[in-house]
Amino acid sequence: MNNSDLAQILIRAVEEADSSERLLDAVQELAAAGIEEAIPTLIAALGYNNPGAAVAAVDGLIAIGEASVQPLLELIDNYNYGARAWAVRALAGIGDVRALDTLLEAAKSDFSLSVRRAAARGLGTLRWYQVPPEKLESIQTQVLEALLLISQDPEWVVRYAAVTSLETLAMSGDNPQSGNAISVTLPEQASRITNQLQQMLDTDVDLGVRTRVKFAQQKIQPQQHQQTFAPKRKVVDPELPYRGGSRR
Amino acid sequence: MNPSPEKTEDLSLTGNNAEGGSLTVEQALANLEGADLGLRFYAAWWLGRFRISEAAAVTALIKALEDEADKTPEGGYPLRRNAARALGKLGDRQAVSPLIGCLDCSDFYVREAAAQSLEMLGDPVCIPALIKLLAVGLQGEQLISKQPDLSQPYEAILEALGSLRATEYIPLIKPFLEHPIELVQYAAARAMYQLTQEPVYGERLVQALAGEKLQLRRAVLADLGAIGYLPAADAIAQTLAENSLKLISLKGLLEHQVNHTTPSTFSEDTIKVMNLMDSLL
Repeated sequence: MNNSDLAQILIRAVEEADSSERLLDAVQELAAAGIEEAIPTLIAALGYNNPGAAVAAVDGLIAIGEASVQPLLELIDNYNYGARAWAVRALAGIGDVRALDTLLEAAKSDFSLSVRRAAARGLGTLRWYQVPPEKLESIQTQVLEALLLISQDPEWVVRYAAVTSLETLAMSGDNPQSGNAISVTLPEQASRITNQLQQMLDTDVDLGVRTRVKFAQQKIQPQQHQQTFAPKRKVVDPELPYRGGSRR
Repeated sequence: MNPSPEKTEDLSLTGNNAEGGSLTVEQALANLEGADLGLRFYAAWWLGRFRISEAAAVTALIKALEDEADKTPEGGYPLRRNAARALGKLGDRQAVSPLIGCLDCSDFYVREAAAQSLEMLGDPVCIPALIKLLAVGLQGEQLISKQPDLSQPYEAILEALGSLRATEYIPLIKPFLEHPIELVQYAAARAMYQLTQEPVYGERLVQALAGEKLQLRRAVLADLGAIGYLPAADAIAQTLAENSLKLISLKGLLEHQVNHTTPSTFSEDTIKVMNLMDSLL
C-alpha cells in the first residue's frame, strides 16, 4: 500500500468516527502515520473540542514539521478560538521561523494563559538557521524583548515558560538544529538575559519559577566558563557573570 | 465529552480581574456590612481573593461567620460560606477559633469551608474539633454501616488532618480508605501518606490517575501535587488531563523537593521533574 492509499483509509476513519473515543483512536493513528496528506485532517481535529484528539493531532503536526506550518498559519487567520490555542502549541513545537510574528503576538497579548505559555515556550525553540544572517540580530533582539516582557506575566506558568526560552536563547549554538543563539550573535544582549534571570531569582514570588531560574542559570553558566578558555574570545570573568559579554 | 478545559481555566482568570478591579477595600468593607445581600456575598469573596488581610477585614469577616440575614430556602448560609473561605486565605490566626465554631454549623458547606480554611491556617489546635466531626462517620474504628455517608465534608476534614500532622489519629483516618466515594478515598490516601510517608498510599493515588473519569483524575493530580509524591512524576505527565493541571501538580512535586533538600545542586529527580514540566509547556 502506498502512502496515499494509507492516508485515505486513516482520514476516512477520522471522518467517520462516531464517538469521542473512536475519534481519539483514529486521530492518534493518523498522527502516527506521519504523512503530509494528513495535515488538513489533523488541523481540523484541533477544532473538535476533544482534548485527547487535539493533543494527538498537535503531536502529529509537530512530527510532520515544516510542511504543517503554512496551513497552521492560515488556520490562525481564521478566527476559531479553541483551535487557535492548539495551533499555537503546534507551531511552538515545530519551531519554524515563519511562525515568529504569530508567536510574538500570542505570547505578549493572548488572553489565554495556556496560549501565552505555549507561545513563550515556542519563542525559545525557533530554528535560527532558517533566518537570513542579515536579519538575525534584529529578530533575536525582538524575541529577547518579548521574553523579557513575558517573564513578568502575572501567571507563574507563563513566567516559567519564559525562563525556559531565555535559557535556550542564552545558550550558544551547540545544537546544530537551532543554529546560533544570542550569546554568539549578540553577546551584549546576552547579559540582559543573565540580569533578568538573577532579578527573577531574587524577587519572583513563586518557588517553582525561582527553582527553574536557578536551573537555567546552572545550564547557562558552564558555557560562560567554557568561553573563558575558548580561543579568540575575550575573557569573561566567571565570578561576575552578570556584567555582560565581551565587546568585539 | 468534557467542555474545553482551556476555556474554563481562562474564564475564571479574566473574570476575577475584570470585576475585582472595580472594588476598593473601603467599598468592600462597607458592602460587607451593607443592606444588599448580593454585595455582601461578593465583598466577602473579594476580600479573600485579593488577600486583604488588614485587621478591619478580618474582624468583619469573623463577624460575618454568624450572619443570619443571608439564608437559602434549604437553610444554607451563603455569606458564612464565603466568609469562612476568605478567612483561610488571609492567614490571620484570630480566625481559628471562630472557624472551629463553624464546624458545628447546620450548613454542610459552611462546615466544609471551615475545615478547608483551618487546614490553610495550619494551627493544630483545631484537630480535636475536626476529629469530632470525622467520628460521625465511624463506629469505633470502622466506617458506619449506612453508606454512602455524605453527612459530613469528609474530604476536607481528612485533607486538613493530613496537612496538620494529626498522626495520633491515624486509626480513625485509615478506615476512610474504604469509603464508597472515590474522592473521600483519595483524601484518606493523601492524608495517610502525609502522616506515614508510606509509598503504598502514594501509589494508590498514582493508580487512580489511570481511572476512567476525568474529574477524578483532576482531583488526584491536585492531591499528588499537594503531597509532593515524587515517584508519581511520570504518571502525572502521562495521564489524560489538561497540561495546565499536570504542570501545577508537577510544580507541587518540584517545590516539595526543593523545600526538603539542601539546594546547592539539583538532584536527578528534581531535574527530571523540571524536564517533564518543560515538555508540557
